[in-house]
Amino acid sequence: MNEQRYATAGKATVTRDTVTVQLEGELDHCSADRVRASLDALIADQHVKRLVIDLNGLSFMDSSGIGVIIGRYRTLSRRNGSIAVRGLSPQVDRIFQMSGLYQIVEKCR
Amino acid sequence: MESNVMRLQFDSRPENESFARVVIAAFLVQLNPTLETVTDVKTAVSEAVTNAVVHAYPRGGKGTITLAAELLPGEQTIRIEVSDEGVGIPDIDQAMEPLFTTQPEMERSGMGFAVMQGFMDSLAVTSEVGKGTRVVMTKKVGGETPEN
Ligand SMILES: Nc1ncnc2c1ncn2[C@@H]1O[C@H](COP(=O)(O)OP(=O)(O)OP(=O)(O)O)[C@@H](O)[C@H]1O
Ligand SMILES: [Mg+2]
Repeated sequence: MNEQRYATAGKATVTRDTVTVQLEGELDHCSADRVRASLDALIADQHVKRLVIDLNGLSFMDSSGIGVIIGRYRTLSRRNGSIAVRGLSPQVDRIFQMSGLYQIVEKCR
Repeated sequence: MESNVMRLQFDSRPENESFARVVIAAFLVQLNPTLETVTDVKTAVSEAVTNAVVHAYPRGGKGTITLAAELLPGEQTIRIEVSDEGVGIPDIDQAMEPLFTTQPEMERSGMGFAVMQGFMDSLAVTSEVGKGTRVVMTKKVGGETPEN
């Protein structure tokens, strides 16, 4: 059943100081640690200033995902970097709105 | 149509968070919900079950989580109950405040109860320290055009 797959960081591309990564599957408490570790590895290089997370392949997210985003934002903001997201489902978009994530994360196309 | 009740017990393991989501979605199908309603209900159940896994039995302690649901076809409503026999919540009002969390170091955001409130029609939490916590939520499912 494809629908139940735990979230993983899929394809990632690097251009200059920007890393773009696709998240796929279901992001909950159970899968958060792995996603956190993959994202941290992608932005470990101090030269990375911008992380673009493509959520088009994300089929589910709950509040555990909020913590994952905020944690990566903290890392990047310490080096004056930023996070952007795109491809949010209506449900995930609502969670972003409710939690005030759009105050620190830009929604792009 | 009469009401339909289900009750399920499982261990407080992270793997059972997605299990609970699948179960509630499968049960809800009988009311012919829209996809959006299914996602809303799955999200709320995920929050409640995750809280029981994360907070009710801390430090890797294992306990039991009960997921119960009742379909009220007359009222086109689902009533869901998630309960645990864990540590309980000393101050429920404070716990339900958006952004309040006792686990900031674990990158928790304190938005679980707010999400349950936002995605369901009603939310009631009762708890007793040392005895456990019960979350009861309802959502109207009828009055929509099913997509499938
Ligand atoms: N079943 C429970 N047993 C004991 N304490 C609980 C339970 N559910 C919630 N709590 C307490 O209520 C607080 C708020 O819960 P809420 O779900 O809103 O946020 P969180 O779980 O801390 O963070 P998030 O859900 O955003 O990851 C928790 O930090 C915890 O202290
Ligand atoms: Mg929570």
